[in-house]
Amino acid sequence: MSDILVDIQHLTFKRGDRVIYDDMSMQFQRGKVTAIMGPSGIGKTTLLRLIGGQLKPEQGKILINGQDIPQLNRKDLYKARQKMSMLFQSGAMFSDMSVYDNVAFPIREHTRLPEDIIRLMVLMKLEAVGLRGARDLMPAELSGGMARRAALARAIALDPQLIMYDEPFAGQDPISMGVIVRLIRSLNNALGLTSVVVSHDVNEVMSIADYVYVVAEQKVIGQGTPEELRAHPSALVQQFLQGESDGPVPFHFKAASYSTELMELAK
Amino acid sequence: MIVDKLQQLGQKSIAKIQGMGRATVMLFGALVAWPTPRKSFPLLLKQLYVVGVLSLLIILVSGLFIGMVLALQGYTVLSKFGAEQMLGPLVALSLLRELGPVVTALLFAGRAGSALTAEIGLMKATEQLSGMEMMAVDPLRRIIAPRFWAGVISMPLLAMIFTAVGILGGHLVGVDWLGVDSGGYWSAMQANVDFQQDIMNGVIKSAVFALIVTWIALHKGFDAVPTSEGISQATTQTVVTSSLAVLGFDFILTAVMFGG
Repeated sequence: MSDILVDIQHLTFKRGDRVIYDDMSMQFQRGKVTAIMGPSGIGKTTLLRLIGGQLKPEQGKILINGQDIPQLNRKDLYKARQKMSMLFQSGAMFSDMSVYDNVAFPIREHTRLPEDIIRLMVLMKLEAVGLRGARDLMPAELSGGMARRAALARAIALDPQLIMYDEPFAGQDPISMGVIVRLIRSLNNALGLTSVVVSHDVNEVMSIADYVYVVAEQKVIGQGTPEELRAHPSALVQQFLQGESDGPVPFHFKAASYSTELMELAK
Repeated sequence: MIVDKLQQLGQKSIAKIQGMGRATVMLFGALVAWPTPRKSFPLLLKQLYVVGVLSLLIILVSGLFIGMVLALQGYTVLSKFGAEQMLGPLVALSLLRELGPVVTALLFAGRAGSALTAEIGLMKATEQLSGMEMMAVDPLRRIIAPRFWAGVISMPLLAMIFTAVGILGGHLVGVDWLGVDSGGYWSAMQANVDFQQDIMNGVIKSAVFALIVTWIALHKGFDAVPTSEGISQATTQTVVTSSLAVLGFDFILTAVMFGG
């Protein structure tokens, strides 16, 4: 078994005429937490959807366990998806089911286990995220942080190999942020998962990631362990890590010259 | 100027045809699969309740009132010719052939169709459909298929109930209020209504409408732009498009069934 679970090679993806990724490559090590950081709007979520086979790239390979995801037929793709899971930003809990039924959903869909075993599994997963007491609540009754933890319990229900987190820290208060940071790390170690975290919360990501990719301008602009990245020579990487408002990524959106536009009024 | 208009027309037509293509692909993906009764039957049962049973009240009330109005209007005209005895067939035939299937379909589009569109649109907007797909569960089979069958099964039944209640409403006004002979009401109806020609054709009509309305509602939801504005537009479109489609197909079916 190779050390690399996900191997993205020369990926090119376009939306209409807009190039999102141009010949990009990255590898996710088995059993590690890999983070993908970058400014908002560069298609980090798109990357997760590409890995999950919901979108097809123009060019390039996305190998998971040696299987090229974009080339799979429907049946094999669904089989491959059983080994991965994704935590959506919104949680994507099914609003017509209780927390318990949400977590039980993938187990009921993919196995024929008797209900008492399912109950055991669900309670274990809920215990892991600290929501065993909330099992009878409906998703609408949960706070944002709790909904994300409940969704996390659902995502690990069938013990996937790969778990992808889409902006897990966005819009969380400091406490639930801390809880999620801890959960990502501890679940990764306890369940032997491979985790991919897409985020732009620099401090949180740097604290848990084993390896970090910084993506901007359609490609990887910097990569390495968090320590290596802090010493990275690229001005763009440094601007991103330090959170400076102006630099290689300009403060202003592309526009015609300010003075010309103002002078147009005078004409 | 003219070129621009032509271009717009072309763009709109292409978009429409692409929409129909997507709708067909969606339906195909939802329905072409190995049947798994253990999983699908409970889902279908739940949707039959949501789509069918919950629409009962509006169908019952509308059926009753439409039957009553038919009897009232029919009586005033028929009595001028001394043909009150024909009130039974008039009410029954209008309901069986036209009003039952058509009005049920229109009410169904407003009551259940719009709800289906909004529900699926919201599921899409909150990433529930995507999430399901990533859990290796096909939303077409899990979400779309049971709702489709529930619509197709329940609407013809609702139309039958509508017609039956309408005929009773006609009896209430014609016989109990206006004094038409009860035996005459029923026997003239029995003599003039043909099972094949009238009842079966009505059922076929409502089955066709059921397919159209449910399909449009599901597709509009599934294809909705996942924002609050997009969902509101999709819901409106469901009601407008399916109502127009029902009326158009009603004309075609009537021409084929009763025209020649």
